[in-house]
Amino acid sequence: MPDAKNSRLLSGREYVGVDKIDGPLIFIRKTHPVGYRELIECVDKDGHVRLGIVLESSTTAVVAQVFEGTSGLTLPGTRVRFSGEPLTLSVSKEMLGRVFDGLGRPIDGGPAQRSDVEQDVNGMAINPTSRQYPRDFVQTGISAIDGMNTLIRGQKLPIFSGNGLPHNELAAQIARQAKIRGTATEFAVVFAAMGVKHDVAQFFVRSFEESGVLDNVALFLSLADDPSIERLITPRTALTLAEHLAFTEDMHVLVIMTDMTNYCESLREISTIRGEIPSRKGYPGYLYSDLAELYERSGMIKGRKGSITLLPILTMPNDDISHPVPDLTGYITEGQIVFEREMDGRGIYPPVAGLPSLSRLMKDGIGEGMTREDHPHLASQLFAAYSYVKDVRNLASVIGEEELTPLDHNYLEFGKLFEQKFVSQRKDEDRSIEQTLDLGWEVLRTLPVEELHRVTDEEIEKYYGG
Amino acid sequence: MIDRIIGRVKRVNGPVIEVMGITDAEMFELVRVGEANLIGELIKLEKDSAIVQVYEDTTGIAPHDPVYGAGMQLSVELGPGMIGTIYDGIQRPLEAIRAISEIFIQRGISVPSLDRKKKWHFVPTARAGDRLAGGTILGTVQETPNLLHRILVPPTDQGVLESIVPEGDYTVEETIAVLKTDEGKTKDLFLMQRWPIRVQRPTSKRLPLETPLITGQRVIDALFPVAKGGTVSIPGGFGTGKTMTQQAVAKWCDADLIVYIGCGERGNEITDVLMEFPELIDPRTGRSLMERTILIANTSNMPVSAREASIYTGITMAEYFRDQGYHVAIMADSTSRWAEALRELSGRMEEMPAEEGFPAYLPTKIAEFYERAGSMEALCGRNGSVSIIGAVSPPGGDFSEPVTQHTKRFIRCFWALDRHLANARHYPAISWLDSYSEYLSGMTGWWEQEVGPQWFADRTEIMELLHREVRLQQVVKLVGPDALPDTQRFILEVCTLFKNAFLQQNAYDQIDAYSTVQKQAKMMHIIALYWQRGSEALKNGATLMQLKKMKVYQDIIKMKFSVPNDDLSGLDKIEARLERAMDQMEALHA
Repeated sequence: MPDAKNSRLLSGREYVGVDKIDGPLIFIRKTHPVGYRELIECVDKDGHVRLGIVLESSTTAVVAQVFEGTSGLTLPGTRVRFSGEPLTLSVSKEMLGRVFDGLGRPIDGGPAQRSDVEQDVNGMAINPTSRQYPRDFVQTGISAIDGMNTLIRGQKLPIFSGNGLPHNELAAQIARQAKIRGTATEFAVVFAAMGVKHDVAQFFVRSFEESGVLDNVALFLSLADDPSIERLITPRTALTLAEHLAFTEDMHVLVIMTDMTNYCESLREISTIRGEIPSRKGYPGYLYSDLAELYERSGMIKGRKGSITLLPILTMPNDDISHPVPDLTGYITEGQIVFEREMDGRGIYPPVAGLPSLSRLMKDGIGEGMTREDHPHLASQLFAAYSYVKDVRNLASVIGEEELTPLDHNYLEFGKLFEQKFVSQRKDEDRSIEQTLDLGWEVLRTLPVEELHRVTDEEIEKYYGG
Repeated sequence: MIDRIIGRVKRVNGPVIEVMGITDAEMFELVRVGEANLIGELIKLEKDSAIVQVYEDTTGIAPHDPVYGAGMQLSVELGPGMIGTIYDGIQRPLEAIRAISEIFIQRGISVPSLDRKKKWHFVPTARAGDRLAGGTILGTVQETPNLLHRILVPPTDQGVLESIVPEGDYTVEETIAVLKTDEGKTKDLFLMQRWPIRVQRPTSKRLPLETPLITGQRVIDALFPVAKGGTVSIPGGFGTGKTMTQQAVAKWCDADLIVYIGCGERGNEITDVLMEFPELIDPRTGRSLMERTILIANTSNMPVSAREASIYTGITMAEYFRDQGYHVAIMADSTSRWAEALRELSGRMEEMPAEEGFPAYLPTKIAEFYERAGSMEALCGRNGSVSIIGAVSPPGGDFSEPVTQHTKRFIRCFWALDRHLANARHYPAISWLDSYSEYLSGMTGWWEQEVGPQWFADRTEIMELLHREVRLQQVVKLVGPDALPDTQRFILEVCTLFKNAFLQQNAYDQIDAYSTVQKQAKMMHIIALYWQRGSEALKNGATLMQLKKMKVYQDIIKMKFSVPNDDLSGLDKIEARLERAMDQMEALHA
């Protein structure tokens, strides 16, 4: 640790003995006035230092949470030092290519990062008037995203997945293939793992390695066997670095955070131990605000060149999209990519569900001069037709396919082609936006021209007829 | 600025602070906490202790930190300079904050809500010696080319005007008049006045709601209209288009002024409004939409207690303009975030929760808020109104949750957003089955005057078809459409046509984004005519296929895009063509 920090810590008073330990929380009575959210150092009887922060402070007692867990702490043998300031991270561009733990300490055997820039990991709210509205199209090379749920630079677009679905593959593919067409800009990937398994982290490292971008990636790992409480700080350290890279170093940063469900569960754990009043499914009432504090740190800023694009991954418990974690996430993020288990079962990759997936920023980033002039209407037409396919399939399952009208048969054929040709692609397939759109028109040709209400006559002439 | 210490911090728990050693403090007093000068409000008093909710991040606040009292309640500044400005939840101008702290919002910044240096051209209308009641007009300031800001005597003051300044340029802090009150005191009046946000501004009387707030959105105006002074709730799960619907209403409705409250929502949505509104032209005045908009932005990552206050800040500003005789519409996006803020603060104060952790007083708070809407005769004798359009974000899209349910008790117009419509990209995704408007009967008179008596008959006929369609669809789901006779299948066809050609509206299309009531009535009439003449023709032996393959059918589908608002002759042509085609078909089967 840097010396400056140590000396500052030592200048604080040290208290020997704590009064109560409950899960990851410690209670200390009769301290000097301690600030809310102040960083503490908690030294166990063997001299190991663990970090924590103050959750509640009063004239009689202080409640703090210890990130590395409280196992092995004793009531009389634990010493606590208050730093007098919130948890900070020293940030620099040199952190790219390195691996850190959830609190931002290197775990790759390399030296500790040294930098003059210390940032409060909690960040501050971006003034809405300083935001730049994101509108640059990011080509991911994935038709289901580029064509139907376009990703925009500076967007926060989560992947709603389930256990066993290929969300990691898709996130890695996006990280590999994402580009702004016609520009070469400095980019970086910040990867935050919360409670995921070692092999998942390894998968991402390998994937970055293979595409030769590892030097542009900073990894913050708080894995499944790390104390769950550390996960609460992991996304904050990762985003603190991302903010520095984007708004000070002018880089375009893609932040991948996985798995947000684990993060929320840690939050629930702390909340329960503190005896707070739960709202839905035992999650605290402030889950929305807490998630917003993370997600809203993405975006673009007027007068700054960089950007933060956020790609959180969450597994929906029991594939339930109305579960509080995906539900509240969906209310904050600018759309969502939803995976469908049934499509995955049929071997479609990526199994992006056509209807519930959405990109809210798409409208301003596509069309003439950005992607192609037919894109908005084409996407709308594909959505409408695919939505009707779902109705026809329901009907067919009741009355049998034979009873359907010829037009409905056309729709069934369209649905099949849409899923197998348009949505489905190889894990290393990088389609240009033109390829994606042409493919869209190709599958639309299974429908008679009278059915195309959402495209203009000119577009029909130019693309449908060909 | 504030140096009266009213107590010291005893306990810090997030935005809620317990204060000890209270000597003199009043309920809802504005306070500053700690050396960082964080803004807060005193919300509970008990013996010598109090609870303060802080409107900024409390990191670093420690026990024994001083708490300063401002000697007044949390109030907003009302006067020229509000229009076109973007404020946070406690009326701090965000542009001015940006000038001080750049990208991020630093804590403890103190900026006046109204510009202190700017001079406004004041034209007095009252004269020295006049006897003035509270809320009457002293004079005017032309704030924007279309909005004449009427300077009012504060509602709580009355007396004889001792003096008033001549016409000229004044700042909001210069004395413009002196009032000798009935108690014999003299009181200086300014262009600006203050009003506590949690107190409703007084008016003379409530008026019946008989004029619609025209939004230019067909599904709203034609099917589920809201009155000027009415209350609407828009519930919908994420991605169903709450914000889109509110923005469309904010852009095109015929209110004089819009107060747009972004309460606990996305930062980029506010940026979107900030970028788009100045560019858009109000079809009625030909001026930029920003010239009639006040924005309040307390995004989801900004402090939660300011989110609670933002709703009241917004409505107090709206009431102030209503008192000048204007029609104001408030967009509150979203009231669920406000209710959640209440829940969070209540939880931190360790109050006993009721449903889903919400405090037991949630329904009371919701009722208080919506009751501040209405069409009023103001104290100055003019009529004005405040309409509230509140979005609700039910968890999991489940309308049975407490906020939606309690809101439903206190509003009279309900625009239910439907997940299935949104998934099919049918926008606005307002369900025609679950939505309702209790204002409809009161406003038929207005409609008949504007567009003729046919409107109500057409509307009733089509609503009936939409309801019959639901039952038919259930049959279709079991046996397929082929099992239905042509007359019934024709109902399905007409409903599909109505949904595509009328209910769906493209907010990004130059022509379709907004429809005048005349255009709406004509469009509806054409579709009703297609239904009436079509079912006649079917009886006479025509087939469904013939009706569908009519050339004019495609014209009807595209009429929303092809016929501009300022020249409806295209619709007359389509109607004539439809009549002709039906005549021909009749002749064929005669």
